[in-house]
Amino acid sequence: MNWADLRWLAPEVVVAAAGVLLLVVDLLLPREKKRWVGWLALGSLAAAGGAAGVLLRDLGMLGTQGVRIFADTYTVDVFGLYFKFVALAATGLVVLVGLDYFPSRTSHVGEAFVLLLFAGLGLLLMASASDLILLLLSIEFVSLSSYLLAGFLKEDPKSNEAGVKYFLYGAATTGVMAYGFSLLYGLAGSTSLYDVGARLGRADSAAYLAVGMALAGFGFKVSMVPFHQWTPDVYEGAPTPVTAFFSVGPKAAGFAALARTLAVAVPPDTVNWPLVLAALSAVTMTVGNLLALVQRNLKRMLAYSSIAHAGYLLIGLAAWRSPWAQQGLLYYLLAYLFTNLGAFFVAMVAADATGSDEIPDHAGLSQRLPWVAAAMAVFMLSLTGIPPTAGFFGKFYLFAAAVDAGLLWLAALGVANSVVSLYYYVGVLRALYLMPPPAATAASAPPGLRAGLVVTLVGTLALGVYPQPVVVFVETARRMLGV
Amino acid sequence: MPILTVTLFLPLVGAVVLLFLPKEDPERIRKVTFGFSLATFVASLAILTRFEFGRPGIQLIEQASWIPSVGIQYKVGVDGLSLVLALLTTLLTVLSVLYSFRESHRVKEYNLLFLLLATGMLGVFFALDFFLFYVFWELTLVPMYFLIGIWGGPRREYAAIKFFLYTLVGSLAMLLGILLLYFHLPAGQRTFDVLEIIRQRPLGGTGLLAQLAFWGFFLSFAIKVPMWPFHTWLPDAHVEAPTAGSVILAAILLKLGTYGFVRFSLPLFPEVFQQHAPLIAILAVIGVIYGALVAMAQTDLKKLVAYSSVNHMGYVMLAVAAAAWAHGRPGLQQAAATALNGATMEMLAHGIITGALFLVVGVIYDDRTHTRGVDDFGGLWAVLPKYGAVSITAMFASLGLPGLMGFVAEFLIFVGSFSIFPVFTALAALGIVITAAFFLWTIQRIFLGPTNPRWAELPDLDRREMWTLVPLVVLMIVFGVYPKPLLDVINLASLDVVAMLR
Repeated sequence: MNWADLRWLAPEVVVAAAGVLLLVVDLLLPREKKRWVGWLALGSLAAAGGAAGVLLRDLGMLGTQGVRIFADTYTVDVFGLYFKFVALAATGLVVLVGLDYFPSRTSHVGEAFVLLLFAGLGLLLMASASDLILLLLSIEFVSLSSYLLAGFLKEDPKSNEAGVKYFLYGAATTGVMAYGFSLLYGLAGSTSLYDVGARLGRADSAAYLAVGMALAGFGFKVSMVPFHQWTPDVYEGAPTPVTAFFSVGPKAAGFAALARTLAVAVPPDTVNWPLVLAALSAVTMTVGNLLALVQRNLKRMLAYSSIAHAGYLLIGLAAWRSPWAQQGLLYYLLAYLFTNLGAFFVAMVAADATGSDEIPDHAGLSQRLPWVAAAMAVFMLSLTGIPPTAGFFGKFYLFAAAVDAGLLWLAALGVANSVVSLYYYVGVLRALYLMPPPAATAASAPPGLRAGLVVTLVGTLALGVYPQPVVVFVETARRMLGV
Repeated sequence: MPILTVTLFLPLVGAVVLLFLPKEDPERIRKVTFGFSLATFVASLAILTRFEFGRPGIQLIEQASWIPSVGIQYKVGVDGLSLVLALLTTLLTVLSVLYSFRESHRVKEYNLLFLLLATGMLGVFFALDFFLFYVFWELTLVPMYFLIGIWGGPRREYAAIKFFLYTLVGSLAMLLGILLLYFHLPAGQRTFDVLEIIRQRPLGGTGLLAQLAFWGFFLSFAIKVPMWPFHTWLPDAHVEAPTAGSVILAAILLKLGTYGFVRFSLPLFPEVFQQHAPLIAILAVIGVIYGALVAMAQTDLKKLVAYSSVNHMGYVMLAVAAAAWAHGRPGLQQAAATALNGATMEMLAHGIITGALFLVVGVIYDDRTHTRGVDDFGGLWAVLPKYGAVSITAMFASLGLPGLMGFVAEFLIFVGSFSIFPVFTALAALGIVITAAFFLWTIQRIFLGPTNPRWAELPDLDRREMWTLVPLVVLMIVFGVYPKPLLDVINLASLDVVAMLR
């Protein structure tokens, strides 16, 4: 092992060290100062972001495909770094709004931030792992932190239910995935994704079985049908900032790991996974959208919507032949990060103002919280895919990929699903704008949430109006993945 | 000064300014909105000073790099067709804003949405990049959804979401069509530049993908126009929308569809369009006759005007289908150009006339009688001489009385279409008869006969209402009597399109 390689782990090291250190700091801080843990966590995430930026610059100077370290088990490339930025942004924004949320709801404030840091660390690892064992471990690392976070409000039975449910589903699917990985190992004789890719010979049923079983674990992480059933209950029961985190962090990292695994280890001519994923994409977006139509609870609606978006995102893998596919996938995940986090942040403000998560109870909120409602309008339109928002350009990218790859039927289905989704997204706007408010008292949002909303709103609009810088980034990331 | 860009984004700047004005001061909000819409109108008139009349092709192109990685740029420009429609847009926006001074419910949001809408509509007419075009196309949906949904009539929520869903189906189908075109350009030269795509015509012929792309565009435009049988959102949206919303819907938003057919469908898919031209002509004729008959059966004046739009847009589509049939038939080129001139003229005439008609309905309904049943009135001309004169002029113009603008348009359409589709044109002429019948009958029921004593004390048009209506009436008469300057501008654009069909 080459110690100099450790520098390529700088973001991970920063976050890991901060997590361990903050556990101790939390012990020393008096109860009313626990928020400091959150601020320090935020600082460490920013530092990790800076470190990732430095690595990005170094990679550019090296002009390489990326750096493989620790006997090829870990790959630092532009693709991985892109996801590290996504993961750090997701974690950071959730910590930011958690500064207001956790102190008023639990006495274990410090632990919440530390767990978020560890979950974020897991996401960083998932984005770069290029070995089956390391991949499994990093996914488990995210999962274990997530189970705890989902059940974090111990006095709330729904939160408990969410934690247990998430754990049971997660344990089962991870088990299946581990079995799939062991089959891949058996077929190729190595746990390195690169070796598997080189040695996985002709298509046979064992390879299909292995990939299928591995898909169970990834599918669970990204809420792909048929591994989606946990989503609504966990989203509804988990503390809302945590739900927001689940909807973007593990989803993005899950897609990153899935894309890397398939691209590196499973050549499409051995296992025709693009076709399998096209079918799963179609089913996932349709099921998610149809079930979202009937939801009245905002968090449950966003849960089914998150399933539907997993379906759209799968186009980015199904249309693999088109260079737009991977780019679209990457772009969409960043767009979804800002948009969906923003939507959940609005859900938090709305729940504070009305005391309810039910959409009809948010009637007339535009009169009480005009800026928050306007932000929600942008987020809902972005989720539908109406320009000039980030969500539109993401969908544009992915549908274009489908058309380019000859999957016109999938693009058409995506279009039909977008129309269906308009109905329930606009249903939220209908409550906020069209329905009269029961009482026109002004309400306000706490500062952390306000900051989070500004960032997500600006991100959603900026990515929609001027996507070029990110487009350049994802083009590079795709080339680095070497497909 | 990039005059198109300035015109295009002035309303958007106004909307941003409104965002920071306190909602407690509605008077200032109204004045600022009026100021920005007036400035936009003046800017659009300034385009005329730069525009080279008599020069074919797109002019005044302004472009900038936007998303070069995927071949998307900011590119705007005008020719005769888009210029006149843009002028119609800015004019009707000013008048609608002026009319809306009486709106007292949620004034800030209302005016903000109107300004957003103006930028969206102008963008559709100016855009010369398909991505840009699509962005503006969609941008028109959102404000209209809220305008209908918040300030509309009793069934506003239903009408608003129906409008949004219908038009989104169309737009997304068009998006797939755009993508099909894009990916059939040779790799390395892929661009969303409209002029470039039209020049290369990547999906020429009548292959399967050309068919799919054509129908994708068709669905989007046909819903917007709306052609029978895609029209069912229109009566709901028009009737429930607030008056100024109906004006914009009828006068401009419907034109986005016919504009799309002329600007994109004809030059991009001439073969497929020609193949289906008879079918589309049949749909147009059905729209003409069905719209007229259903309008005749209405007792709600606003619904009557709404269905008369289905009828009038049918004429436009008949002319467009006729032009499509002329592809590759040199003998029909002259007729095709005449038909297209008529189609464009009808777009303008319908915008001005129907805009005026919805205002006429609004004037009487919004703050005078709160009823718009055709049978609830009688002898109104005697009570409201100015209102009567304006309304009757607009209705005569709509039924195609010679000397008014509607006649010029319909005359050209019929002359042009007759040499191409004689039978369909003859059938469509039936529509003229029915339209004349129901408008005359309406005039008779509302304005003539014994005065209904309930309305004996109604005040006539006030000064602001005169300012909103009189310009439209003047235009109807001026262009009805002397359409030549307008036709000269339109004709060059029509000849361009016909040249692409050759």
